[in-house]
Amino acid sequence: MKTSSTKPQDMAVGWELLPHDADVRVHGWGPTVEAAFEQAALALTATVTNAKVAGKTAVNVTCEATDVELLLVEWLNAIIYEIAVSGMLFGRFEVRIDGTRLEGTLWGEPTDQELHKPACEPKGATYTALHVAEEAQGRWSATCVVDV
Amino acid sequence: MDTARFTEIDETTWKIEPQGAMRVPGIIYADEELILGMDDKVYEQTANVAALPGIVKASYAMPDAHWGYGFPIGGVAAFDPDHGGIISAGGVGFDVSCGVRTMLTGLTVHDIVAVQKPLADAFFETVPAGVGSKGKIALDTAGMDAMLRGGAAWAVESGWGESRDLERIEEHGRMEGADPACVSDKAKKRQRREMGTLGSGNHYLEIQAVDEIFDEGVAADFGLKEGEVVVTIHCGSRGLGHQIGTEFLRDMLPAAAAAGITLPDRELACAPINSEIGSRYLGAMRSAINCALANREIIGHFARDVFTRFFPNCDMPLMFDVSHNTCKVESHAIDGETRELFVHRKGATRAFGPGHPDLPEALSQAGQPVLIGGSMGTGSYILAGTKESEEKAFSSACHGAGRAMSRHAALKRWSGRQVIDDLAERGIIVRSPSQRGVAEEAPGAYKDVTAVVMAAENAGLARRVARLRPLICIKG
Repeated sequence: MKTSSTKPQDMAVGWELLPHDADVRVHGWGPTVEAAFEQAALALTATVTNAKVAGKTAVNVTCEATDVELLLVEWLNAIIYEIAVSGMLFGRFEVRIDGTRLEGTLWGEPTDQELHKPACEPKGATYTALHVAEEAQGRWSATCVVDV
Repeated sequence: MDTARFTEIDETTWKIEPQGAMRVPGIIYADEELILGMDDKVYEQTANVAALPGIVKASYAMPDAHWGYGFPIGGVAAFDPDHGGIISAGGVGFDVSCGVRTMLTGLTVHDIVAVQKPLADAFFETVPAGVGSKGKIALDTAGMDAMLRGGAAWAVESGWGESRDLERIEEHGRMEGADPACVSDKAKKRQRREMGTLGSGNHYLEIQAVDEIFDEGVAADFGLKEGEVVVTIHCGSRGLGHQIGTEFLRDMLPAAAAAGITLPDRELACAPINSEIGSRYLGAMRSAINCALANREIIGHFARDVFTRFFPNCDMPLMFDVSHNTCKVESHAIDGETRELFVHRKGATRAFGPGHPDLPEALSQAGQPVLIGGSMGTGSYILAGTKESEEKAFSSACHGAGRAMSRHAALKRWSGRQVIDDLAERGIIVRSPSQRGVAEEAPGAYKDVTAVVMAAENAGLARRVARLRPLICIKG
């Protein structure tokens, strides 16, 4: 399994999957909270497939939450829902956050068993190990455990 | 975990003394080696659950406990609504009523070995497994609501199953109090094409040989004979349960704050049982239980269909069907007084002892079958509930081997192909849509199921009846 973006940890933008006993922890980082959310979404896709996912079709989602950590969970759950009902996987994400509201665009394609060889099905994002913060000047980090 | 953090009551009982916000102690049932192998998070989560309002007696963890979200996986906790008790979506889990059923075949290992490969292929073609697998059953709005109300009984009425199965399923195949109006349209939409599908992760369908019998009398009551073959199915409420879990975890967070409940961590999101959201969750969660019961009944029907193609006279009675992610209202004696409690079992199996009034007559003397899934390589166990378990942990036992390493670590160590080839050499055929999924579920990624089962037996939670060895595994 690909467990991180090719960029090393100290780079400005990236994602990784971190171990958890039964499930998996997604982690994304970037210069803005939006970038960290986009990277966390790429980590979510990596729980399902190692293959490249083409951004053929755009799907828009919106979600709201009372704080930025809960907003991460809502964002990941919105993607999980789209994966489940549209039968698609997503390889590119764009996030816009305005206060407590998030508008996101997911670009993806229908899941192809041969091409994507999907390994596991995310059930939902949880509040476990949930953390969103600006860890250093210009470096935001977003992480939580996803039930798979 | 460091055993010095516990008071050792006996060899298999480890107590976390109440401290800080804990209202009751924490009790982990396991032997020393299993305790040493558990993540510190199990201690933390068991202690956190002990701090929730209305908890009765103790926050328990079973021998297969591991780090979950909110409650530990392998956690058991009972709450009294008359003492401010709560209900928690994280205490049930996202895969509501995930569980295991075992069906008898009366066939021998010899019969199966003769057709092992074509039988494996037939199962793989018939039972949708893996990510995004869609079933042939599409439910419209009325059908969905009927399924959510009717559970396995609905499946039988719809032609997928047999009425004799129902007494061998918890709640006689139909959970009372399900209210489809409490289930969101999103949850229903997520389920529309998922009836009769296994899903992915640790879900499976296995053809297993009865390899060893530990208690001849109880095995006879269960219909188990050494050298005969059974079919075991492990899956749950699919997308519907996942969506219900997701939505109520979110909605219970403000509900807890509004009720003045101080949470040790947000992952413990919960609501008073006696609240609007508490009853709404119950209506939805019970609907998800019915969804899981219906799903396993349908897959059981597919299993009968496949077997009769190879063995036309094969009769396949259901031995038992257990759920291991639930919250159920049960009567328990606390200090000589019978109280109605909301018992959360997350990755833990109900294990009623002999004579329990909810057991069918044929199982009354033996106690409830407790079905313990192992791994693809090490096999599974069938246990029976004990009378002692009532006192120990509200009649509960473990549910599986429990993971010893993360999916992440498993992938670094094994490839799917290698796992499949190694198992084939040992006479076990694995069919799965995903090689990576197989590697994540490699037998070595799990704890020793025998150690877990022995700890459960030594702690008095349940006792061994039979050990099963896999012959064919359809992995989701």
